[in-house]
Amino acid sequence: MELNQGLAVDTKEFPGQILQTPGGGIVVSTFDSIINWARSNSLWPLTFATSCCGIEMMSVAAAKYDFSRFGFEVARATPRQADVIIIAGTIVNKMGPVLKRLYDQMAEPKYVIAMGACAISGGPFFYNTYSVVKGADHIIPVDVYIPGCPPRPEALLHALIALQEKIKSGLTREQIREVSKALVLI
Amino acid sequence: MYTQTEIIKDTTINGSEGELVINVGPQHPATHGVLHLVITLNGETIKKIEPHLGYIHRSIEKMCESLTYRQFIYVTSRMDYLSSHINNEACALCVEKGLQIEVPARAKVIRVLMGELTRIASHELWLGAMAMDLGAFTPFFYTFREREMINEIMEDTCGARLTMNYMVAGGVAMDLHPDFQRKVKLFVTQFKKRVPEFDDLITNNIIFQNRMKGVGVLSGEDAISYGCTGPVARGSGVSSDIRKLYPYDGYDAVAFDEVLETAGDSYARYLVRLREMHQSIRIIEQLIDAIPEGDFQAKTKAVLKLPKGEFYTRVETARGELGVYIVSEGGTTPYRIKFRSPGFSNLSALHHMAKGSKIGDLMATMGTLDLVIPDIDR
Amino acid sequence: MSNEEIKEYVTSIAPSATFDESGEWLNSMVEPGTWKELALRLRNGPLHFDYLFCLTCIDWKTHLTVVYHLSSTTHRHTIVVKAKLDTAKPEIETVSDIWRTAEFHEREVFELFGAVFLHHPDLRRLILTDDFEGFPLRKDFEDPINMIKL
Repeated sequence: MELNQGLAVDTKEFPGQILQTPGGGIVVSTFDSIINWARSNSLWPLTFATSCCGIEMMSVAAAKYDFSRFGFEVARATPRQADVIIIAGTIVNKMGPVLKRLYDQMAEPKYVIAMGACAISGGPFFYNTYSVVKGADHIIPVDVYIPGCPPRPEALLHALIALQEKIKSGLTREQIREVSKALVLI
Repeated sequence: MYTQTEIIKDTTINGSEGELVINVGPQHPATHGVLHLVITLNGETIKKIEPHLGYIHRSIEKMCESLTYRQFIYVTSRMDYLSSHINNEACALCVEKGLQIEVPARAKVIRVLMGELTRIASHELWLGAMAMDLGAFTPFFYTFREREMINEIMEDTCGARLTMNYMVAGGVAMDLHPDFQRKVKLFVTQFKKRVPEFDDLITNNIIFQNRMKGVGVLSGEDAISYGCTGPVARGSGVSSDIRKLYPYDGYDAVAFDEVLETAGDSYARYLVRLREMHQSIRIIEQLIDAIPEGDFQAKTKAVLKLPKGEFYTRVETARGELGVYIVSEGGTTPYRIKFRSPGFSNLSALHHMAKGSKIGDLMATMGTLDLVIPDIDR
Repeated sequence: MSNEEIKEYVTSIAPSATFDESGEWLNSMVEPGTWKELALRLRNGPLHFDYLFCLTCIDWKTHLTVVYHLSSTTHRHTIVVKAKLDTAKPEIETVSDIWRTAEFHEREVFELFGAVFLHHPDLRRLILTDDFEGFPLRKDFEDPINMIKL
């Protein structure tokens, strides 16, 4: 079930009404929705990859899958210029403080995508390891989770679009939870 | 020296007079992952490089002690994920050695074909990433164009693009996709047509040559002493190709040359990898029409139990020699398992190679070492 | 060179060495005290074992065994040398000055098994965090916080 089905705003189009008047048009909207609309279409990811999923992330950046179609093309190497951090790979105990620090260095608003089984829960490295963090959300809050080991490039694209829709809806975490609860009840 | 915690707190620490200590990584685009180098500089000249590992240490060796001989293969695809087929092959070979399983001829040929395709895919990715380190963005798109074709071939047969878990003890997990031969042939023709583009774009590029030649020189003697293998050793003229020296899975039946360069600099290592791709194509061309019919997997027991003893296999991954050392007590799980990863030894030579050069040249040296960090940390 | 010749050479330097030929390669068990001298002679002597391709350790619960896989790039022969260490005080001489690759491998073994390599130039932590306690690859290692047992 798509989340945005239940969200009040139509996330595909420019948010607002265009009133045609002689000599041009007038746009009627709210600042919040325009800002969210603009924000969602130029999310710059941080080049952060710890293991295998990073290679699939590179595939998505290359010509065949090409996430620049959706406004993600400017991968930044420094967290200070990035909007979204794609956790591509396992996070281990030694990496934990570094990930937190990277997240802290990013400017608000910032978003997090947990890519792959390792970033969600430790994945294949859940049992009998002494060094793996069982899920990146123990360290920083995660907006979108992608299952897979590693996920297909299409799955990453879907996650990126889901993040865009989440931003455009302008809802808080609690509100989204309410909406999805309502959807489940129906 | 400094503890890790101190280093993370301060990005720069002034060492003794005139020295500057800088950190490269763990989050740095040129380290291809989460390698952390503490570099002591005098002006722009590198005085010392200390690698700090463990930012992706997933305790694979400890995990394997509680996984059975069928299960532990999947973890190794995530070790050196760019040559996951060859990693799986090494583990499968080691278990087969212990149980003395004879692999069917068809499985052997499939393994060699898949291994060589993986090698090409790995070198393609290395080429794109290394060119990007040196400031050229375009080669990345060219190399990924070919790489995607290999990924598709893998996906058809193995069901995964990157971490295949396809080689199992006794053969391969499933038979080839009916479209396999046609797609591989198409790939070979495309590849041959397109590789001259790399030569035009990179190999003969004067800017590229100036950045690579004479940078990060490693002599043959040092390469052996540091345990360097793979293209790093062969760029220094050390014959180290396991496929030639200790043939496995029928590599002795195919004709190919071991690529050797003698200069030992970054450019030599670059040439070795580029020419190795051609050799891989040569192997594929010999075998693609000669896949024998028959079983793709030998009959094995449901539960594998290795006899008491020690077993060691060596294979040639895209990065060098991978060793799998299994100590068995006769049970269903290994008592101790050790992966001798090629990247670990290659990295240990970095300080020796880069000492005395400028920090800008470090990227060229590191790029041609072709490090995969989870392979180093395990 | 044949296994017999290698055996003879090793015995002439370390008379207490015992051999085992049941595996793929010649296995030799030596006393930790004689290892440094033997290593030097193996590297620089006529057998020319110039390539240390694997260095690891095994915890046998009662004792530790350090395993060195050596091979020669000129003669292409291989020998596996093992040395038994006491779990309470595991100490052996370093070979990092003979084979440079041993420097990193010894640091790894030091960290994961707690074996101390005497006269190593830089025996520090390489992989784990500074505050990590215990030696994770030993059989008696327990970590109830991080380790979820299956």
